Amino acid sequence: MSKKVLTTPIKDEDLKDIRIGDIIYLTGTLVTCRDVAHRRLIEEKIPLPIDLKGKAIFHAGPIVRDLGNEQYEIVSIGPTTSMRMEKFEKEFIEETGVKLIVGKGGMGKNTEEGCKTHKALHLVFPAGNAVYGATKVEEIKEVHWKDLGMPESLWVCEVKEFGPLIVSIDTEGNNIFEENKIEFNKRKEEQYEYISQQVRFIK
Amino acid sequence: MDKKQQKEKMTGLMSKFVSLVSYKLPDDVEKKLKELSEEEDNHLAKIIYKTMFENQQLAFELKRPSCQDTGVLQFFVKCGENFPLIGQLDNILRESVFKSTKETPLRHNSVETFDEYNTGKNIGNGTPSIFWEIEEDSDKVEIYTYMAGGGCTLPGVATVLMPGEGYEGVVKFVLDRMTSYGLNACPPLLVGVGVGTSVETAALNSKLALMRPVGSRNENENAAKMEQLLEDGINAIGLGPQGLKGSKSVMGVNVVNTARHPSTIGVAVNTGCWSHRRGKITFDRDLNYVIDTHEGVTL
Ligand code: SF4
Repeated sequence: MSKKVLTTPIKDEDLKDIRIGDIIYLTGTLVTCRDVAHRRLIEEKIPLPIDLKGKAIFHAGPIVRDLGNEQYEIVSIGPTTSMRMEKFEKEFIEETGVKLIVGKGGMGKNTEEGCKTHKALHLVFPAGNAVYGATKVEEIKEVHWKDLGMPESLWVCEVKEFGPLIVSIDTEGNNIFEENKIEFNKRKEEQYEYISQQVRFIK
Repeated sequence: MDKKQQKEKMTGLMSKFVSLVSYKLPDDVEKKLKELSEEEDNHLAKIIYKTMFENQQLAFELKRPSCQDTGVLQFFVKCGENFPLIGQLDNILRESVFKSTKETPLRHNSVETFDEYNTGKNIGNGTPSIFWEIEEDSDKVEIYTYMAGGGCTLPGVATVLMPGEGYEGVVKFVLDRMTSYGLNACPPLLVGVGVGTSVETAALNSKLALMRPVGSRNENENAAKMEQLLEDGINAIGLGPQGLKGSKSVMGVNVVNTARHPSTIGVAVNTGCWSHRRGKITFDRDLNYVIDTHEGVTL
């Protein structure tokens, strides 16, 4: 199987055949964007200092080394729990025209709708692999909103074949985590029935 | 060496040890992950395991934190009554976290509550957290070091059950947490279950359970049986790495238990993620050290 690489700027057509469970890689611009940045744009109505149209955001708080002279190097970068941004993500996609949202774990109904209406994807980068992630970042081009501190700043990264990125919500609004959950819960009930019979230690 | 020099020496060594824990997983965890990846037959899961091993390799070579979330540092100390730095130990551990944060570097993960600002030092009021036990007739100190990441701390939960709910209630409490929160805590998990009399005893037991090696068993026969049943049961749910499905879900389930009041069963769950960064170091009175968890490593 050949590697599926998406390059920014990404257009609607680029995403139409991609389905949940597929693996893709990203080349181009990936901007870290998490809790407070979402809150600022959606609730505080403060415009973002960069144009995200056709680009990708990363729910991540990296460890960055300051090399002086506005030069920075990514030491470790990996995703944080995407669900915390669920509240904002639909409007965020609508306002910014962002095409890829990279994070960890699933997202909910809101994001499904946003991805379906505006043709975007939510993807999972396997968390905990932060050095591997850092080696796929070629350079930090810019940084904005440094007042938010290292983890929350908008780090504009130029990446090359960043991944593996596993599609968790596709442009039809299918959601791999929601589908898996049904199965997980069913198996959990079966296991509970079985185990609870074996642990009747109080007699 | 006078006290001051001893203090400096131990702070330096502990700082290096914290750094080691950030870029190298303990032997038991490495071994188990390898085993799990070999048993895996799900395509996605295999790719994730491959990424994990490449990442650990790179982290070790580059001496960089393998996960960007280097957590809040927690120490579980068993200190001999005659260990010379017994009175200085709290400060030494605190200082070593600060030093390691600058040198490794680690992420700044200490936010003062209510005032809501990041101290920017990775230490704060009550962080790192240090839990003490004193040992009679000993001049050594054993220190477990653990990086409690946000993702794997989040599933933590404790409650008090009525005896009528029995150990069946304990099982339900643990299983429910796995499919709701556990799957977002970066499985395959090490699950710590604490059983005791109240929330805080159960909670501490559940964290101590995460310090026990993967694959070890509780000495009590019934508790060991429950560990095995829960391990098999959670594995059968098939969370897979990252909760994206796979043949297994956990590295293991460890139970630590203490006695209870006749009318209560305290129970708690704590989870360690696949990147279970814990290490154990033991110092003698002359500050010679042994690292049990990472064979062949020197600081
Ligand atoms: S749960 Fe563990 S591996 Fe996952 S992001 Fe948090 S610290 Fe890293």
